[in-house]
Amino acid sequence: MDTKVITINQLTRHFKETVAVNDLSLEVHAGEIFGFLGHNGAGKTTTVRLLNGVIEATSGSMRVLGLNPQVDGPALRARTGVLTETPSLDERLTAWDNLSIYADLYGVPKKTIKPRIEELLSEFDLADRAREKVGGYSKGMKQRLALARALLHKPELIFLDEATSGLDPVSAHHVNELIERMARREGCTVFMCTHNLVEAQRLCDRVAILEHGQLVALGTPTELTRQYVRRLDVEIEVAEEQTEIALGVLRSMPELVLGEPNKPNGALVVTINKHEFIPDVLAALVQNHVRVYRMAPQEANLEQVYFTLHEEKEGV
Amino acid sequence: MNARAMFAIVRKDLKVASQNKGVVVPIIVLAVVFFVAFPWVVKLLPVMENMAGDVLGDIQKLLSKIPAGLQQEFAGLSLTQTVVVYVLKYMLAPMFLLLPLMVAAVISADSFAGEKERKTLEALLYTPTSDRELFIAKLLSGWLAAIAVALAGFVLYTVMANAAAWSQMHRIFFPDAMWLVLILWVVPAIAGLGVGVMVLASSRAQGFQDANQLGGLVVLPMVALFYAQMAGVMYFNVFVVILMGLVIWLLTGLFIWLGSRTFQRNRLMAA
Repeated sequence: MDTKVITINQLTRHFKETVAVNDLSLEVHAGEIFGFLGHNGAGKTTTVRLLNGVIEATSGSMRVLGLNPQVDGPALRARTGVLTETPSLDERLTAWDNLSIYADLYGVPKKTIKPRIEELLSEFDLADRAREKVGGYSKGMKQRLALARALLHKPELIFLDEATSGLDPVSAHHVNELIERMARREGCTVFMCTHNLVEAQRLCDRVAILEHGQLVALGTPTELTRQYVRRLDVEIEVAEEQTEIALGVLRSMPELVLGEPNKPNGALVVTINKHEFIPDVLAALVQNHVRVYRMAPQEANLEQVYFTLHEEKEGV
Repeated sequence: MNARAMFAIVRKDLKVASQNKGVVVPIIVLAVVFFVAFPWVVKLLPVMENMAGDVLGDIQKLLSKIPAGLQQEFAGLSLTQTVVVYVLKYMLAPMFLLLPLMVAAVISADSFAGEKERKTLEALLYTPTSDRELFIAKLLSGWLAAIAVALAGFVLYTVMANAAAWSQMHRIFFPDAMWLVLILWVVPAIAGLGVGVMVLASSRAQGFQDANQLGGLVVLPMVALFYAQMAGVMYFNVFVVILMGLVIWLLTGLFIWLGSRTFQRNRLMAA
């Protein structure tokens, strides 16, 4: 069975002289939370618009849920949900009105509109203020309401464009929990545009990194950190009386250990440039009769991947 | 065509517009001035004559300029009855058309330019509506509201005009065939014109006020019609009103066709 929900092949979109999306190719599989990372203006929002048939591609092809967005836009949009970067809510209307109007727009069966709205308002902790105008809501409440609106018709694929941008940590955490629950419990595929790398690391099964409209990396967060991060801190705990011997061993292998090992909190910390060198470092210590109690690589994160790629691209 | 989705957009636009004082207040003021206050001011003309001099005499001079066809209609009426019929039936006709024109224009400005300004258009563009459904729904919002307000205004004016002029006319003198043609043929056309002009103005405007100012020029032909009738150049009769409606329908078609070319998702999002 083909589990590809999105297939993009050499997709390009120009806005006059600006190339917003440049020769982009990738696939997103059913049920995954796919992170689409990039700085502001990297082409994330343009890609979401292209994938929903809201704007036309300059060249290239794409299939979303088996449909061509450029030809089957309305049929496709009936099966996708989009949380736009700004909540795009009618602030003069109540939360209930905002949802009931979009329920009609998305063709939610009339009999199920009321229970569905009640379910979402309750799930998103907005039931008490459902009859208030949205203009009086906090930013976090507006974002949750916009997310509820995007889920009204139970989409198979949801696009989240900076879902937690500008939210306080508590609201952002709440929104992230909802996203995770939606994907894991309801089996919805999530295409998540973000520049919040910590969030992407925690939530996403796979991520793509975009720079100036071009794909520069694609894989699971772990794969990407292994592939791109060239400096890895490793904490080594050795017998107290053997610290000096251990330091001597580590200083003798400059091809593996970068810089001067240090000892900030009792344990030795060395920086190596590849995950694969960990066994070599351990072997060298053991061969020199150093008793190693613990060796803990401090996992690199997407933030390091992102900055490595960014520096490469900018030639820093 | 997805009628349910289209009427959801109409419902949304009308609900949003009804919350905007900039939309509602001018409509109420116009309706109260022309359809409630105006008939009673006309009724008071003889009283005003006693207080402020020869008001009826001035109107008599004005009536002497009116075309012969209209003079025939006034045959057998007293001077005060002639004034009542002339002012309430003929002078007000072009002014009455301002109501659907204005309602259509302000609601369309709120629906097209206002939506852009409030940044609510993007969510709408992600719904499973086609460009055509979205465009027609947006046209319908202003058009249906204008017709509804015009019909309500017409009923109100019919009651007020007959009530105010009862002491002079002693019968129900309003409406006549010309007014029925005006309501059933010209009002839908002029509401369409208001919408069509505003669709074009909104495509070039940054927001509601901007669109309103650009599209506001559309009232000028109505003012010109008012003065043309005052100067005796023309007067509204069934034939003139049918012809006027035809011209307005053609203009409406042209503006809507031009507007439809600017209303495409791809262009709206790329802007």
